[in-house]
Amino acid sequence: MTVPSELVEVSPAVWELPVSFKQGMHVPARLYGTRKLVEAFDAGVYEQVTNVATLPGILKYSFCMPDGHWGYGFPIGGVAAFDPDEGVISPGGIGFDINCGMRLVRTGLTVDEVRPDLEKLVNRLFERIPSGVGSTGFVKLKEDEFLTVMEKGSRWCLENGYALPEDLEYTEEKGCMEGADPTKVSHKAVQRGYNQIGTLGSGNHYLELQVARQENIYDPGLAGAFGITVPGQVVVMYHCGSRGFGHQVATDYLHILLDAMEKKYGIHIIDKELSCAPFRSPEGQDYFSAMKCAVNMSFANRQVILHRIREVFSDVFGRSPEDLGIRQVYDVTHNTAKLEEHAVDGVMRQVLIHRKGATRAFGPGMRDIPEEYRDTGQPVIIGGSMETGSYLLAGVESGSQTFYSTAHGSGRTMSRHSAKKIYHARQLIKDMRERGIYVRTSSMKGIAEEAGGAYKDIDEVVAAAEVAGVSRRVARFIPIGNIKG
Amino acid sequence: MPMSYRYLEDIAIADVAFEAWGKTREELFTSAADALTNVMVEDVKSVRSVEHRDIHVEAGNLERLLFEYLQTIIFYKDAEQLLLRVPRVSITQEDSSLALDAQAMGEKISPNRHGLLADVKAVTLHRFGVKETPEGWKATVVLDI
Repeated sequence: MTVPSELVEVSPAVWELPVSFKQGMHVPARLYGTRKLVEAFDAGVYEQVTNVATLPGILKYSFCMPDGHWGYGFPIGGVAAFDPDEGVISPGGIGFDINCGMRLVRTGLTVDEVRPDLEKLVNRLFERIPSGVGSTGFVKLKEDEFLTVMEKGSRWCLENGYALPEDLEYTEEKGCMEGADPTKVSHKAVQRGYNQIGTLGSGNHYLELQVARQENIYDPGLAGAFGITVPGQVVVMYHCGSRGFGHQVATDYLHILLDAMEKKYGIHIIDKELSCAPFRSPEGQDYFSAMKCAVNMSFANRQVILHRIREVFSDVFGRSPEDLGIRQVYDVTHNTAKLEEHAVDGVMRQVLIHRKGATRAFGPGMRDIPEEYRDTGQPVIIGGSMETGSYLLAGVESGSQTFYSTAHGSGRTMSRHSAKKIYHARQLIKDMRERGIYVRTSSMKGIAEEAGGAYKDIDEVVAAAEVAGVSRRVARFIPIGNIKG
Repeated sequence: MPMSYRYLEDIAIADVAFEAWGKTREELFTSAADALTNVMVEDVKSVRSVEHRDIHVEAGNLERLLFEYLQTIIFYKDAEQLLLRVPRVSITQEDSSLALDAQAMGEKISPNRHGLLADVKAVTLHRFGVKETPEGWKATVVLDI
């Protein structure tokens, strides 16, 4: 409906807008998706992906993944790599929820073994993992201890009995980005976040029990390598981020960078939400260090939640977590900026890559993925809506075209307001229950906003990513239990 | 008192946008606080005046003042788990900047008593604006959820 006439499909499921589309574009924009998805992108996607192309130092293309939709500054699904010496860092390319991400945990249990205790399990998880507006976590920290969490991330969890060494091995960045500097974070941010470790949050954040049915295994070899080996195997998938802490860090720096950008560095931007600073400037480096603090807090948040999951499963089934086969498959972040090594025009070099609502998807043989996944490519966890299911994907060699980035979820198509008009919470919960999905929520009203129909077709999203060659499908998971924040 | 804010559809698909108004700048700020709190709780009247917090913010212009003021309400939601309403606001000019003083009233979040909706992450700058109208003052705000 809003597709610009200049848009050309340059290869299957890869579409390009040339630099002539908008004044000031340094590079073309590349949008990923089937014709159906591309035609359904809201007008904001085209506007924003081309705005990003005007930022100083951008390399190759401004990308939007197939689950893209309108965001602030960058679209959700936006990916952009910058020359660290000539380019910028922008909070709008990372998102307010810094290191919002997904974690996938497998169990050795089958759906038939879980079904009799499903309600008890979901209820217990709901009680033990706080969610919803302003909820506080079960890990009680003093402000100074929280500074250590900022520096160490999941390593803090390991030192304090909330993690197994293998959990860190199977987390992006091993659960800790080096170079986090708590002195670059405001006291306000600390006050907002130090009591929120071990909370899910609300909105589209959730924890789900899901099943890997045999007919939904796309690649048995890769599934096996990721530990999905038993028909009807139950897994736990959850989605959450850095909570109020990350939101405050992003808000603080949006203004700090906005104040410096034009006056000090003469950078003119199209949209205030694209507030940015040269990466090598003091403001740019301060934000990068503060962002890493929020990245690490978020890894710690998802890690202590895993600790709780182990406790609850152990409690409900009367067996140890090891005996139940509870092991982390992987943890991915989908809101970050990172320095990575990539080939640009055939030459390996360092780039500063922003991924906002997009997941890193390193291919086989690449460094920085766990030894065990070196031959398979990185596991990529894609969260769907609470009704429709989620995916496990793997990174592929041809992912180099997007600096090894792919989708992150299904992406909204309907406003929260419209969804509330169409869907009614109690009816939705009843319908889902009839379909075998048991839901607990801290917001009856909020749940209607998260109905499956408010989201894009996730099957179409992951299929498009595969056709385009940025990731491949490994398995699809069907929900049986859900906790909504 | 009639509601002096409304939610706008189709401005922010994944989030919430509102328009708030008042005869004076002060009334506008009171309305905007209710619009914000109403995103998190179904009925703002369910928030009782049990505790109060003094809000003081300064800024170079009215828009930034509203931004910082709304961020303060979000701050208390996370830092102290408080839902707040702001019955009275005073805005004064101090040299080249504006100063706001207000007493926010509210109480601790109670999931059983407050019909909780969605958590607000941040006030965004998207379409953010305050303007004078023939009837008084109006603001447009988009919140990240």
